[in-house]
Amino acid sequence: MQDIIEQLEQKRALAKLGGGLKRIEAQHQKGKLTARERIEILLDDDSFEEWDIFVEHRCTDFGMEDKAIPGDGVVTGYGTINGRLVFVYSQDFTVFGGSLSEAHAEKICKVVDQAMKVGAPVIGISDSGGARIQEGVASLGGYAEVFQRNVMASGVIPQLSLIMGPCAGGAVYSPAITDFIFMVEDSSYMFVTGPDVVKTVTHEEVTAEDLGGAATHTQKSGVADMAFENDVQALLMTRRFFNFLPSSNREGAPFRETAETQDLPEMSLDTLIPSNPNQPYDMKELITKIVDEGDFFELKPDYAKNIIVGFGRMKGSTVGFVANQPMVLAGCLDINASIKGARFVRFCDAFNIPVVTLIDVPGFMPGTSQEYGGIITHGAKLLYAYAECTVPKVTLITRKAYGGAYDVMASKHLRGDVNLAWPSAEIAVMGPKGAVEIIFREDAKDPEKLEERTEEYRSKFATPFVAGRRGYIDDVIFPHNTRKRLCRSLAMLQNKDLENPWKKHGNIPL
Amino acid sequence: MFKKILIANRGEIACRVIKTAKKMGILTVAVYSDADRDAKHVADADEAVSIGGTTAAESYLIGEKIIDACKQTGAQAVHPGYGFLSENATFAEQLGEAGIEFIGPGRKAIEVMGDKITSKILAEKSGVNTIPGHTEVVKDAQEAVEIGSRIGYPIMIKASAGGGGKGMRVAYNEAECRDGFERATSEAISSFGDGRIFIEKFIEEPRHIEIQIIADRHGNVVALNERECSIQRRHQKVIEEAPSPFIDDATRKAMSDQAIALAKAVDYQSAGTVELIVDGNREFYFLEMNTRLQVEHPVTEYITGLDLVELMIRVTAGEELPIKQEDVSINGWSMESRIYAESPFRNFLPSTGRLVRYEAPQESSTVRVDTGVHEGAEISMFYDPMIAKLVTWGSTRDDAIFAMQHALYQYYIRGVETNIPFVSAIMDHPRFKKGNLTTNFIAEEYPDGFSSEGLPKTDMSELIVVIASVHHRLARRAAGTSGQVRGHGRSIGSDWVIVFNREQYFVTLTGEDDGWDVQYNGEHYRITDDWKLGDPVYRGTVNGQRVYMQIEKTSHSYDVSRSGHQLNVQVLTPRVAELNELMPEKIPPDLSGFLLSPMPGLLVSLLVKPGQEVKAGEELAVIEAMKMENSMRAEQDVVIAKVLAKQGETLEVDQPILEFEPNS
Repeated sequence: MQDIIEQLEQKRALAKLGGGLKRIEAQHQKGKLTARERIEILLDDDSFEEWDIFVEHRCTDFGMEDKAIPGDGVVTGYGTINGRLVFVYSQDFTVFGGSLSEAHAEKICKVVDQAMKVGAPVIGISDSGGARIQEGVASLGGYAEVFQRNVMASGVIPQLSLIMGPCAGGAVYSPAITDFIFMVEDSSYMFVTGPDVVKTVTHEEVTAEDLGGAATHTQKSGVADMAFENDVQALLMTRRFFNFLPSSNREGAPFRETAETQDLPEMSLDTLIPSNPNQPYDMKELITKIVDEGDFFELKPDYAKNIIVGFGRMKGSTVGFVANQPMVLAGCLDINASIKGARFVRFCDAFNIPVVTLIDVPGFMPGTSQEYGGIITHGAKLLYAYAECTVPKVTLITRKAYGGAYDVMASKHLRGDVNLAWPSAEIAVMGPKGAVEIIFREDAKDPEKLEERTEEYRSKFATPFVAGRRGYIDDVIFPHNTRKRLCRSLAMLQNKDLENPWKKHGNIPL
Repeated sequence: MFKKILIANRGEIACRVIKTAKKMGILTVAVYSDADRDAKHVADADEAVSIGGTTAAESYLIGEKIIDACKQTGAQAVHPGYGFLSENATFAEQLGEAGIEFIGPGRKAIEVMGDKITSKILAEKSGVNTIPGHTEVVKDAQEAVEIGSRIGYPIMIKASAGGGGKGMRVAYNEAECRDGFERATSEAISSFGDGRIFIEKFIEEPRHIEIQIIADRHGNVVALNERECSIQRRHQKVIEEAPSPFIDDATRKAMSDQAIALAKAVDYQSAGTVELIVDGNREFYFLEMNTRLQVEHPVTEYITGLDLVELMIRVTAGEELPIKQEDVSINGWSMESRIYAESPFRNFLPSTGRLVRYEAPQESSTVRVDTGVHEGAEISMFYDPMIAKLVTWGSTRDDAIFAMQHALYQYYIRGVETNIPFVSAIMDHPRFKKGNLTTNFIAEEYPDGFSSEGLPKTDMSELIVVIASVHHRLARRAAGTSGQVRGHGRSIGSDWVIVFNREQYFVTLTGEDDGWDVQYNGEHYRITDDWKLGDPVYRGTVNGQRVYMQIEKTSHSYDVSRSGHQLNVQVLTPRVAELNELMPEKIPPDLSGFLLSPMPGLLVSLLVKPGQEVKAGEELAVIEAMKMENSMRAEQDVVIAKVLAKQGETLEVDQPILEFEPNS
């Protein structure tokens, strides 16, 4: 028996070396950690239970039959993050460049299947050269099996993707389907076709970093949610992020104790709105002053900055925040902002996370580039997401809520549960100046009269009280009491029960 | 006594006067410009009157508006604070004509002391030491040279109407004297429209020391000791203290006697300050007399136990001074730091904007904060960028400095940059601690400006052990998030590695909420505190010593600030720390080849094109920030490689505008 136990030890030790010390060294030289080291940081100490350490590929072509390495380029299993269950797979670049074989794909599918059964999130770490070319279609099939599982798991369990090396070709579509993508600066990239193919087809010369690096995807394409300086930071931030997420769609948002149990008035919010209606202010100040301990986890901070999305906690429970940012494009909704907001709202809705919407929006962005780009379709996504959403929806209008953008942003008419406004709120079809120019066209040439009319319009409509009279606004609140009022609204909504009519699925304007 | 007074000022001084008036049971009226609608002094006062305008010239400097506000509210007297109308003889007279009392000296005293030449003549007549020189207006360069050789070089050539260093020249010989006279004259004409010049001896190793006096309308004048204000940056006082570490009893008495004599000579009837310049041999000379309450008056209040504003109000109401000269003593030591909204690391560029976070140190018997702001207030470009005066008291000078350091650690301000790192550095400077001061202290100790290298090298062990305990608590809290796998919760170890500036520090921590025991570097540290999770200001004790620092949790790490140091600190488990060592160092991109926007603003114009050769000093771009146009000039000869921003674009701070050709 002792012999057998020793053999097991040896086999495990061998498997844990992956592609061997030399390749591990090479991985470190590139500033990257190995698949197992990454799991060590991601999970609680000593919590990882590994599966399929002895799985090997079944390829017999091109001399592969002599080159089997146990584990076959991906480390899989489960463990805990701050004591909460999570499934992981981590591709091992030291083994066949992390390439995906049929067996490798099966290992991934196994953890996703199990995660769905028990209702726990999956975190996938990508570091792979692509398909195992020697396996041909078997490898492609493997990808599709993973995609199918990602889609089935979507909305059932949270799925996170960490891109920590190459992720190219078909491989990109698994992360793309998952809920969030985090990348590492300078050592990760994602693209459908690499720089060489790009050059051949379009004659563009571009580096891998420029084509699909972390900066590209967090600033230009919006594919990735966050980028971090290195592997360690990315993994520690993933742990932090994980703490905001429910384990599955069967559970409510998690609760974390907070020292901020009293909702003391935040007097400085009374001066947040500048006296000049055209002067911007930082909406993030409002968010950080109402969430527990100022702890706000912003997503896509460098993409479509005119809208802010992210998680915070109010009295310990996770809340999703969607907010217009007057500092960027005056907080207008454009194509990118609509998509960014819509996808976030749908995540919250799928996973029982209440949505707090903070509004200062002068409208949708005008212009040919927006219209040609399909702002109608994309703007409708945000509208659809909010209208379909059944989790608690609490809305606060801080300043402008003009036109269609007022309707779209979780208005009372889209089943907003509690709709509040600051006294500085202006809810109208458009700004006073534009409105007056249309209503009083005959006065267009008389600036004095126009000014008078504008003032009249401003005092009549540029207030929250018109909407208040109709009940579109439940109350007009003191800015300094915002946290208290939002917390109470969320507490009241804790047991909200609302269901949409049965359907196979809706047809969101994609 | 007055029933109601009006404070013709804003900011901290208005708030400070209101405080005393309230204590005396006097109603207060504030005035405010459009820019100050939400200001603290407006909220503090019983009544407030809008006087419109935004700049000082449109508001606080218009006497008629103040008088109208008095009439409107029935205020019987006006306290002018400092600056604005405080030394305006016409205003004092207009008030008198309207039957309103001016809480300050009479018109004559203001007028005489407001002119450098007449004040000097009067000082000489009253037996006050004056700097050897020529009290008459100097006719021409020839006369200047004659005076120079009579009083001996070095000499100072000064414009009568001058101030702030304008129209001032030092000459060490005849040639410099001729040149200096011409330049000072032309500067004085262009700056002040008054070309009158006088000459005096130039004092070496000068200290700025001043005597506070208070006088009533019954002929009583009392001197309230000296203040030393030698720590100045470009003639702007930064740190003041009382008493002076340099003055002995005999000198103090001589200075006080002369100050009293001068006050009597102008029939002075309020609080006033006789500014003196003192050389290395404790010889002192009259500089000028300020006929108002000084910014730095709190240090005098701390050591004398008097309320100067109260005394000013009482003497204006005709009361006799409640104290005699023999009642005045010196109790301990007091320090004042002026907290300015400016960027010490960017050559003290003003930093305007919203006070996103503002938490002053707790006031106590040894800490006083005079401020006119609150969280959410705007530091506007229209007025003085002073946020507050932080004043401390100790039984000795060292104690006062110690109290100041502790108070500075706790001063939590975000949204604008402040000079707190700079003031902290001075408080820790060995030469400052020795009291070896001159008005050139800052210029001599920081000749190339202030950078993080100027910060004190402090022992980081307190910071290391405190951060470990803070992190441990946050980790423990995170491990209690709902949804635990029963029986498989996270176990948190006791070993932590603190990482900053790519250095690792190993600690072992045990304890409970009533305190923490930390082993670090072979030493044992006992930590106690009542720190609340998420509170940015940490107050606790390490081995019984009070410890303060600011800890902000940003993503996976902490931003810790203490004594001007700003550190990004990570706390890792030993294994993660080991793996963290494998991470490559990411050197921030070299931005010396770029023109960066020094502040958030609008790119009004861009004056160069790619490929253009530019000489040092040539204008490259103009950025408008807070309605001020800032010209960006080439620091050396360069060739423009790329233009990275568009005209009309809104720039963030440090956003690249131009890229220069390398080695161009």
